[in-house]
Amino acid sequence: MRVPRIIPCLSLRGSGFVKTEKFKNPKYLGDPINIVKIFNEKEVDELMVVDIAATTEQQQIKWPLLKQLASECFMPVGYGGGVRNLDDVHQLFAIGFEKVSLSSSALSDRPLVEAAAARYGSQSIVATIDVRKTLFGSYDVVTHSGTKKRGLDPAVAAKSLADAGCGEIVVNSVDRDGTYEGYDLQLISLVANAVGVPVVALGGAKSLLNLIEAVEVGGASAAAAASFFVYHGPHRAVLINVPSPTEIKEEFRRFRAIGK
Amino acid sequence: MIVVVNYRLNNIGSILAMFRKVGVEAIETSNAEDIRRAEKIVLPGVGSFDFGMRNLHEMGLAPALNEAVLEHRKPILGICLGLQLFTQSSDEGREAGLGWLPARTKRFAFPSSPSAPKIPHIGWNSVNFPRPHPLFAGLDDEARFYFVHSFHLVSEDPDLVIARSEYGYDFDVAMARDNILGVQFHPEKSHRFGLQLLRNFANWSPHART
Repeated sequence: MRVPRIIPCLSLRGSGFVKTEKFKNPKYLGDPINIVKIFNEKEVDELMVVDIAATTEQQQIKWPLLKQLASECFMPVGYGGGVRNLDDVHQLFAIGFEKVSLSSSALSDRPLVEAAAARYGSQSIVATIDVRKTLFGSYDVVTHSGTKKRGLDPAVAAKSLADAGCGEIVVNSVDRDGTYEGYDLQLISLVANAVGVPVVALGGAKSLLNLIEAVEVGGASAAAAASFFVYHGPHRAVLINVPSPTEIKEEFRRFRAIGK
Repeated sequence: MIVVVNYRLNNIGSILAMFRKVGVEAIETSNAEDIRRAEKIVLPGVGSFDFGMRNLHEMGLAPALNEAVLEHRKPILGICLGLQLFTQSSDEGREAGLGWLPARTKRFAFPSSPSAPKIPHIGWNSVNFPRPHPLFAGLDDEARFYFVHSFHLVSEDPDLVIARSEYGYDFDVAMARDNILGVQFHPEKSHRFGLQLLRNFANWSPHART
């Protein structure tokens, strides 16, 4: 049985990991190396690291820290945040990342996407699409940590990025971020149905059931989450917790057998 | 000494870290001489076929690899793109592969349907073993590995296939021909299953009597 990936997503800001709510109010979680070590020990499927300040605060990619992070992991790690050119992409692979995610650059620099995919293969290039619901209930792609509206439909954006060579699309709901309200399954389906590449759901997961629903109901190929893995309890105490691969497999099996 | 070839297309850190963890000495190199003198070689790879072959040629590594592998029969393990470069050719590019394995690299292709598997094949998957091989010692059907690829091997000689998997259809994921081994998945990104595999490669002697 093939078990879809469950992926912790960690936001880097300055020298620490943080957790936001609707992309605001970052709260410090802890030292990145320690946190990543724990995820590695718990044998998570994959990890995503996103530097949420790199584009908005125009910062350099934190090379020494990232090199250390990547070296701790015996599972794939993807990185996104402030990737602006092919050199950045090259360096990220050189220091140990399996995948490079483009977000703001993906939409403003199609030649970069095409060149990166041509050289490194589509399977290494991910596009992360942040999405906010408009007042009228439709979806709009946003960039720069949610501060810039693109006036773009996420399914259209996803299709364009897949055509340009992205082998994976992460669809991130700004509205659900850090809220524990569950994934926006409608948004996920919209994007998953639009492209033939794997789609990763992100934003709002509260439970393992939510993660499974993102795949089994929403049509995502994998489910990513942050709060679910790093917080515990109603007061959001920081506690890294990950269901074991066996538990995840069992829950998927159970869901598929009984439909819920 | 195990030599991990850096041809500017790959992340070597995790491979070296895994060898360190299993207590085996391994170094990274872009130097043809190091390849000639290696006891064993690993050819990793994250990237596209033509870019990989061109780099091997431009960096002067292809002759050293051919000599070490074909003449001196040094054990070599190809990983992902590394294995694909051992084949004759790939749908992904125009360059000829090293041609060490009677196999070609083809793109995944599924009949068009809403439930067709997505391409690339990304994620953890189990494998089955059509014939035993020391590379997979200690690993059974519980073993799973991380795959991330749009192209896969098609062996022309089934007897050389030592592992297969399923994604939409059954396909070849590992081959062995004398001293030449290769795996489509990433052992260096497959936790303890990958550790076991790299440990096995380090301990393996193709010319030993079993």
